[in-house]
Amino acid sequence: MNLTLHVWRQPNAAAKGRMVTYQAKDINPDMSFLEMLDVVNEGLINKGEEPIAFDNDCREGICGTCGFMINGIAHGPLPKTTVCQLHMRHFKDGDELYLEPWRARAFPVVKDLVVDRSAFDRIIANGGYISISAGSAQDGNNILVPKQFADRAMDSAQCIGCGACVAACPNASAALFTGAKIHHLAMLPQGQPERKKRAVRMVAQANTELFGSCTNIGECEAVCPKGIQLEVIAAMNRDFLRATWSERREPVASD
Amino acid sequence: MQLDPRVPSGPIEKAWDNYKFEMKLVNPANKRKYNIIVVGSGLAGASAAATMAELGYNVKCFCFQDSPRRAHSIAAQGGINAAKNYQNDGDSIFRLFYDTVKGGDFRAREPNVYRLAQISVNIIDQCVAQGVPFAREYGGTLANRSFGGAQVSRTFYARGQTGQQLLLGAYQALERQVDAGKVEMIPRTEMLDLVVIDGKARGIVTRNLITGKIESHIADAVVLGTGGYGNVYYLSTNAKGSNATAIWRAYKRGALFANPCFTQIHPTCIPVSGNYQSKLTLMSESLRNDGRIWVPKKQHDKRTPAEIPEAERDYYLERRYPSFGNLVPRDVASRNAKAVCDEGRGVGESGLGVYLDFSDAIQRLGKKTIEERYGNLFEMYERITGENPYELPMRIYPAIHYTMGGLWVDYQLMSTIPGLFVIGEANFSDHGANRLGASALMQGLSDGYFVLPYTIGNYLASTKLERIDTGLPEFRAAEMGVEQMTKTLLSIRGNRTVSSFHRELGKIVWEYCGMSRTAPGLEQAIEKIASLREEFWNNVNVLGNGEEMNQSLENAGRVADFFELAELMCRDALDRNESCGGHFREEYQTPEGEALRNDANYSYVAAWEYAGQNQTPVLHKEPLTFDYVHPSQRSYK
Amino acid sequence: MSTLAVGMDRTARFYQTPIGKKAVMAVTGVILFGFVVGHLLGNLQIYLGRETMDHYALTLRGMPALLWAVRAVLLLAVVLHITASIQLTNLKNAARPIGYVKKKDVQASWASRTMMWSGPIIAVFVVFHLLHLTWGTIHPHFRELHPYENMVAGFQAVPIAIFYIVAVCMLGLHLYHGLWSMFQSVGLNHPRYSPALKKFAVYASILLVLGFISIPIAVLTGAVS
Ligand SMILES: Cc1cc2nc3c(=O)[nH]c(=O)nc-3n(C[C@H](O)[C@H](O)[C@H](O)COP(=O)(O)OP(=O)(O)OC[C@H]3O[C@@H](n4cnc5c(N)ncnc54)[C@H](O)[C@@H]3O)c2cc1C
Ligand code: HEM
Ligand code: HEM
Ligand code: SF4
Ligand code: F3S
Ligand code: FES
Repeated sequence: MNLTLHVWRQPNAAAKGRMVTYQAKDINPDMSFLEMLDVVNEGLINKGEEPIAFDNDCREGICGTCGFMINGIAHGPLPKTTVCQLHMRHFKDGDELYLEPWRARAFPVVKDLVVDRSAFDRIIANGGYISISAGSAQDGNNILVPKQFADRAMDSAQCIGCGACVAACPNASAALFTGAKIHHLAMLPQGQPERKKRAVRMVAQANTELFGSCTNIGECEAVCPKGIQLEVIAAMNRDFLRATWSERREPVASD
Repeated sequence: MQLDPRVPSGPIEKAWDNYKFEMKLVNPANKRKYNIIVVGSGLAGASAAATMAELGYNVKCFCFQDSPRRAHSIAAQGGINAAKNYQNDGDSIFRLFYDTVKGGDFRAREPNVYRLAQISVNIIDQCVAQGVPFAREYGGTLANRSFGGAQVSRTFYARGQTGQQLLLGAYQALERQVDAGKVEMIPRTEMLDLVVIDGKARGIVTRNLITGKIESHIADAVVLGTGGYGNVYYLSTNAKGSNATAIWRAYKRGALFANPCFTQIHPTCIPVSGNYQSKLTLMSESLRNDGRIWVPKKQHDKRTPAEIPEAERDYYLERRYPSFGNLVPRDVASRNAKAVCDEGRGVGESGLGVYLDFSDAIQRLGKKTIEERYGNLFEMYERITGENPYELPMRIYPAIHYTMGGLWVDYQLMSTIPGLFVIGEANFSDHGANRLGASALMQGLSDGYFVLPYTIGNYLASTKLERIDTGLPEFRAAEMGVEQMTKTLLSIRGNRTVSSFHRELGKIVWEYCGMSRTAPGLEQAIEKIASLREEFWNNVNVLGNGEEMNQSLENAGRVADFFELAELMCRDALDRNESCGGHFREEYQTPEGEALRNDANYSYVAAWEYAGQNQTPVLHKEPLTFDYVHPSQRSYK
Repeated sequence: MSTLAVGMDRTARFYQTPIGKKAVMAVTGVILFGFVVGHLLGNLQIYLGRETMDHYALTLRGMPALLWAVRAVLLLAVVLHITASIQLTNLKNAARPIGYVKKKDVQASWASRTMMWSGPIIAVFVVFHLLHLTWGTIHPHFRELHPYENMVAGFQAVPIAIFYIVAVCMLGLHLYHGLWSMFQSVGLNHPRYSPALKKFAVYASILLVLGFISIPIAVLTGAVS
């Protein structure tokens, strides 16, 4: 099948970008979307044009490296699927596709469809962990975790940090990503000691990274390839509100 | 050169304790005076960087992805082994040790493996404490499954995403140290050379993948946790970015490369669907518990599976291995699949695939049970192939999955270059000629959390390290070398893309140094690789410039190294005149076609020394002795 | 640092964060919602006839302290609600300086995407409404303390009636999202109860709209005169 691609091209962060149109000829429906782009790129190189830059690594839907907008939907039309796992059989011959990078102040474009998501790492660095140094752990079975809590923790822990939630959110809010980690650790006994401080610090960091605020629109949930639920945002709000009022000392000040 | 594994004295159960007692310690107050470079943020790299920072060292950690959390450890599905014996089914440290040595077909160093088994139990505790959401029983205790044909249930797991959860645990520990100011995390940066000063590893040269800036970094010790080199085959279950560049450049600086030909092939992957194929996806081995593997008896039979009557189907594994049937080990299953396809009986468009049929199982157990057991795998299969495995039999084919070979390290995980440590899949590791399922995650974390942090201290405490700066000629030279290579690659402007070369190289290595190997084949391969490499350097087309993100340039550098590594793999395979584990030489098999080991002459680690561009490398041998597990022949008849 | 200062400081930091602002929106939203419900009940007395209606107005005036207290709270709520909504909107615009060429909504409700339209329209309406039925400034035949007449007379002017109806529909739209959203904002979301909450939001806003618009319609159709 043949497709028309309108792709955002931008040589580097400083340069001004624009949409450029390419033809993707005789595409095999069994290709993954990224393999389709590989083919387009081979063609470009052979024509002496620079290939389209896009982030990817595992191509199994687990590393969270890939991701861009396809016709205005983060990771494309198939629910719970990253672009690397999206296959061309879900498109029709003659389709016109608009490919754009994630758009958010906190995700500056690096090149073409590649953005800088280091803001996510900084959110995790601000309390998105349990403070336990190697060697000081007790026997694993000394910490009992009811199955349903372990399962719910796992549901949220599945987040692959792809950034689609931010890209899809009309407010470019990182609430789903931040909430997922807060909820994961809040579900486990090991996570309790730092629970309040964690919520306050991570939320504050998301704020300093200039992500927007959540107004409960729900687009994030709809595009999340791992099916992270809005529930985690409520959980984050709850922990945050509790923490800001109940802590005796400023939760943020200490640390 | 004399290869000394530096194994501590005493009985194997005491070796690690003795080492820890005998080793020199760094005074706590002095730790912050030491700078350590960790290249890699996978299970091995991230855990090592975090733990050393916790101890007080200053750590710089590098990865080529945009975030440390994306290292390919994230893709591990099945689980991680530990000799906890929570299931009370007779597991023990010794049994895990025994299984690993035997599984490795007696080509691993016993004391290392024993230490791995000992430490396995601490890993689980550490990960649980970090908040890794392992599967649980209703009572709240940790759940286990048996994995890869082990007779005990010692595998811990987090749904089908164990690697992801363990890596995120290590990543969070790492970010905690970033927050504490003890780790400087430097992503989107590729190590392109190692700097050795008066015999010691003292730094690296890197390229910033966004700005193209080439920089030198100083350290008192350098740690490589850069993963496996499976991508030398182009198609593998590795990530697109996985590469051998870091260890290869270290090899060229004098680190020995051990057992390069020991590569593992996984029997149940989704087959290639066309020549645009960019990677292969693994399907859990557990599928073989209920699926029956078959191909048509006729050659080039283009009928749909449904049209092929029972009588015209060949359930070849059940036929050849009546007792084990479809559950023969990875390497046996893989080789047989290749054999039937070579006979022209393969299925699917490419003819490179065999059926994994669940229709009997569905009749016997009902669709519901099958769905419970394999639902997520069936989904994944359908998402990729567009075929519904409940109606059509799955098509599977073997794929490269893991590389047992890597840089040679002693008991302290130090390479032959003092101050250069190698951990995780990047070292030649504890798996001998074949890795057991769920053991790589264990090894990566053992190295990073519990072994390296001790042994590196011993090195620093017992070594005199001069003050140095990046102005030294060694750094200048290394930077120049890297710049030169970049310039060359950008200036060739030939008319073939990097991936077209990589694809062709992969085909050669897969054909001649893949599932089964022959002396003539390997000799041919060495020539083919040489000439293709020749063409690469004259005809590759890398557009753009070196001053901004340039993904073809990154790949070009990696492929250039794969060419040289591929040649070394073939040499190693040629030298090893026996079949063992993942290395099957057709000349050396039992009458039943099983791998035939030659312990008398090949019970050694083959460690190769770089002898200069286009020179044949020098082979060094580390003899292997087995005092606890006595070598025996495998048979699955 | 004095406890008071800590408190102030804490409040400031609390409000700084988007979640703090959201909580304020939610709380003020509830207050406003409460008023609207009460107000509707009050207004529905129009069906009980002139006496009851006017008497109701009188009793309200009868207790100025309470009346002004309520008004004060309402005023504060509206001010906070609006300020927060404006600040959140600014945040939103700052968070995505460059928009998409193409953008599709997958599951977002129309109401949720138009809060910043429905809201201001309500605001404008309220101002107009005060001038119209409370102070009578723009009411041709306004008679202090005779809400019944005022309403009937007021709504006989068709355009005004229509404006009321539109405004109230906007309010309904606003609450359709708002009534659910506020629970999420303060962290109340539970797979068991959330679906029920969403239903409540829908029914509550529909009933509210019907209740309010019934009045102008009744007047137009002459059911009340
Ligand atoms: C699909 C799949 C499934 C698997 N399932 C299992 C399983 O169930 N159980 C099990 O035990 N094992 C499993 N394995 C094996 C196991 O996952 C790996 O062996 C292990 O995770 C390797 O970890 P690592 O830290 O050594 O390397 P990796 O996790 O690959 O990390 C490599 C790191 O090095 C960095 N790097 C590489 N080169 C450079 C460079 N030149 N410059 C800078 N940085 C560089 C990368 O950025 C990355 O951070 C699986 C492997 C695969 C591919
Ligand atoms: C009687 C009048 C009003 C009522 C009953 C009301 C009620 C509510 C409620 C309950 C919410 C949900 C709060 C939350 O999600 O946390 C809300 C949100 C909102 N309101 Fe109002 N509101 C009224 C007037 C206004 C006005 C005048 C404006 C205009 C400036 C406005 C703008 C908004 C906005 C933008 C939101 C969405 C913000 C968010 O969800 O975080 N509202 N309103
Ligand atoms: C058809 C719908 C409505 C009718 C018939 C109506 C009627 C009235 C009347 C008669 C008064 C004057 C009461 C008095 O002065 O004694 C009044 C006051 C008021 N109304 Fe409405 N109203 C309607 C809808 C609304 C809505 C939707 C809002 C808010 C969003 C609103 C907010 C107010 C306010 C704030 C006052 C002033 C209360 C006070 O005096 O403090 N009204 N309304
Ligand atoms: S929450 Fe979902 S969409 Fe957001 S980063 Fe995580 S996985 Fe991606
Ligand atoms: S889409 Fe945005 S507004 Fe909240 S619910 Fe999701 S983050
Ligand atoms: S490339 Fe890893 S998730 Fe798509």
